[in-house]
Amino acid sequence: MRAVDAIVECLKAEGVDTVFGLPGGANLPTYDALYDGGVRHVLCRHEAGAGHAAEGYAKASGRVGVALATSGPGATNLVTPIADAMMDSVPTVFVTGQVRTELIGTDGFQEADTTGITMPVVKHSILIQDPREIPRAISEAFHIARTGRPGPVLVDVPQDLSRVDIDYDPIDSVSLPGYQPTVEGNAKQIKLAAKALANARRPVFYAGGGVINANASDELSELCLADAFPVTCTVMGLGAFPAPHDQWLGMLGMHGTRAANYAMDEADLICAVGARFDDRITGKLSEFAPRAKFIHIDIDPAEISKNVPAHIPIVGDAKRILPKLVREYRALETDGSRLDGWWERIRGWREKHPLGYEDSVDSEIKPQYMVEAMYEATDGKAIVTSDVGQHQMWCAQYYDFPKPRRWINSGGLGTMGFGLPSALGAKVACPDQTVVCLAGDGSLQMNIQELATCVTENVPVKVFLMNNHYLGMVRQWQELFWDRRYSGVDMGTTPDWVKLAEAYGATGMRATEKGSLVETMREALATEGPVVVDVQVTKEENCYPMIPAGQAARDMVG
Amino acid sequence: MGEEPAPPAVLDLDELQIPGGGHTGRRHILSILVENKPGVLARISGLFSRRGFNIDTLAVGPTDDPRISRITLTVDGALHPIDQVTKQLHKLVNVLKIRDLEPRETVARELALFKLAAEGESRGQIVQFAEIFRGKVIDVSKRSLTVEVTGTDDKIEAFEDLVRPYGLIEMVRTGEIAVARGRSTT
Repeated sequence: MRAVDAIVECLKAEGVDTVFGLPGGANLPTYDALYDGGVRHVLCRHEAGAGHAAEGYAKASGRVGVALATSGPGATNLVTPIADAMMDSVPTVFVTGQVRTELIGTDGFQEADTTGITMPVVKHSILIQDPREIPRAISEAFHIARTGRPGPVLVDVPQDLSRVDIDYDPIDSVSLPGYQPTVEGNAKQIKLAAKALANARRPVFYAGGGVINANASDELSELCLADAFPVTCTVMGLGAFPAPHDQWLGMLGMHGTRAANYAMDEADLICAVGARFDDRITGKLSEFAPRAKFIHIDIDPAEISKNVPAHIPIVGDAKRILPKLVREYRALETDGSRLDGWWERIRGWREKHPLGYEDSVDSEIKPQYMVEAMYEATDGKAIVTSDVGQHQMWCAQYYDFPKPRRWINSGGLGTMGFGLPSALGAKVACPDQTVVCLAGDGSLQMNIQELATCVTENVPVKVFLMNNHYLGMVRQWQELFWDRRYSGVDMGTTPDWVKLAEAYGATGMRATEKGSLVETMREALATEGPVVVDVQVTKEENCYPMIPAGQAARDMVG
Repeated sequence: MGEEPAPPAVLDLDELQIPGGGHTGRRHILSILVENKPGVLARISGLFSRRGFNIDTLAVGPTDDPRISRITLTVDGALHPIDQVTKQLHKLVNVLKIRDLEPRETVARELALFKLAAEGESRGQIVQFAEIFRGKVIDVSKRSLTVEVTGTDDKIEAFEDLVRPYGLIEMVRTGEIAVARGRSTT
């Protein structure tokens, strides 16, 4: 068969039911194979949209997301989603077309050095040089993308090679001598960690997106509930521990709760699981958790002691390690009351500094209220995707995620324009679930073209647009740290979102009053097809509390 | 499970130490086996530049197995946490094996070519230095001598210091290569 038919066969063998992408000259053969190849293709309107859709698909389902693009600009448009998938460890495979082999290196039409450009932002990449390599390359790409610390893998296929006839034998096993992720976790270290937990008087569990990637949320909860361990999650980890819960402190970090950040600050033992001590978590590194010893559980050995030195490093799969840690912990004689004083302290912070905002006295919609209304309208059960900015942080603060894979956002790279296409991908992956995109008016315009995809492909995502007519987070920083010199943040009053939605063939709605917001949202959820609800919120509201960049948890403001 | 709970395991958290890591303060020779595939060197050099690590010297060559190449590079352990360097390198799929060679258990050599201005009396002097360093004169012209010196980087630097006053026109160095002492493979 043609090499491209083998590509489609490989995709099917990997369990892929849907791919996202755009055709062009160099990947025309692939699209010919897709014509009747038995894999659903979602035609996106921009390769960046296709890439983020693949991410949304992967994050919602746990399966590998796939995006296709042609050579040159098609591939360079994928760079942002690839970098995004790298930062957030999203299992994804990107198959790009490349110009014919004889043209490589000649600056041919639509030629770009795709493997070169993407090298710093991929987990691995493969430039096909022999068509017979293609099935193995695809199979290795999926293996690498989904195992170990997940991430993006790129396969670049020159046009001429993709048309060659090859023998296709299904690949049933992949063996890569240079790629052997550690899975089990060192038994001695696990024992030591249990002992440390049993002796800690001010412990905190700090869980990140790695727990969700490992599908280890239940295991995490079991461990945390084995005693009265307080738990906080990063923005990537929300849903890894069911919120709300007595032992749940809320998110930590720059816009985390005071209870979570102060607990980290005073902890004597921090158990980090699938988290990487990002600067948005630590703030000023030299003053981060100064009293704590660290247990660090991660599948990526390079994360151990990268930013914060770990006293008890455990490399491996959280799903394998956490149950062993539970067993070791339960085997020890522990005194639960040793944590009473710690909880008293934490409760004090909770009571003194709950998350809160000053609600409007009139009908104005406060952005925080908008998130609460969304929680109410969706019963707290939706898959929520978001863009990047204030709305993302408010959602992380005010929407309690009871389960993993319900909260889909761009945490590491902070990619504006992520929300709508990732909602598209999530809804394709989970058609039976309610998928809403909480968008910002700055972000939504960055990939609004995917509304056309949602309409054409009949993917009924509901977009709740938090519209403050500003690039809100930048405006907030200018207000707080740049003397209110609002430079380049005013988005004006265009577009008319209702008309824009209608122009795309979606339903447009507008909400301006607090009193009817929940009802409007319910109506949007009950409306068939994609809906955009333009929610006019307070123009200049700040997201608090906040640790100013480069400062310590103790310096939280607001 | 029916097992008796273990006696209370007392552990003073203050006694927990950070294992390994950090800055060693010395120069490290990393011997890296990689798959002989296009782009592998770019991946390694790209990783170094992206993570802000400096490569002091770099030598690449084939091994006895045509599918595998060896990269020998030296890194300053005073500037960079070697642990982090090797762990990041290990994440590259084409990297098969990394050995951080122990100085005392390693034989390291570098080849350097010195082109020196050599007229009149200095000529004899240079030839003499070359002999002392077990170097070889490999090119002669009326106004210059080219000397080949092999050794550790200390030796090469010593030779450089010695001949520089005579007029060093240029110097070309290969970067160190190294092999483990004794029977074991590197």
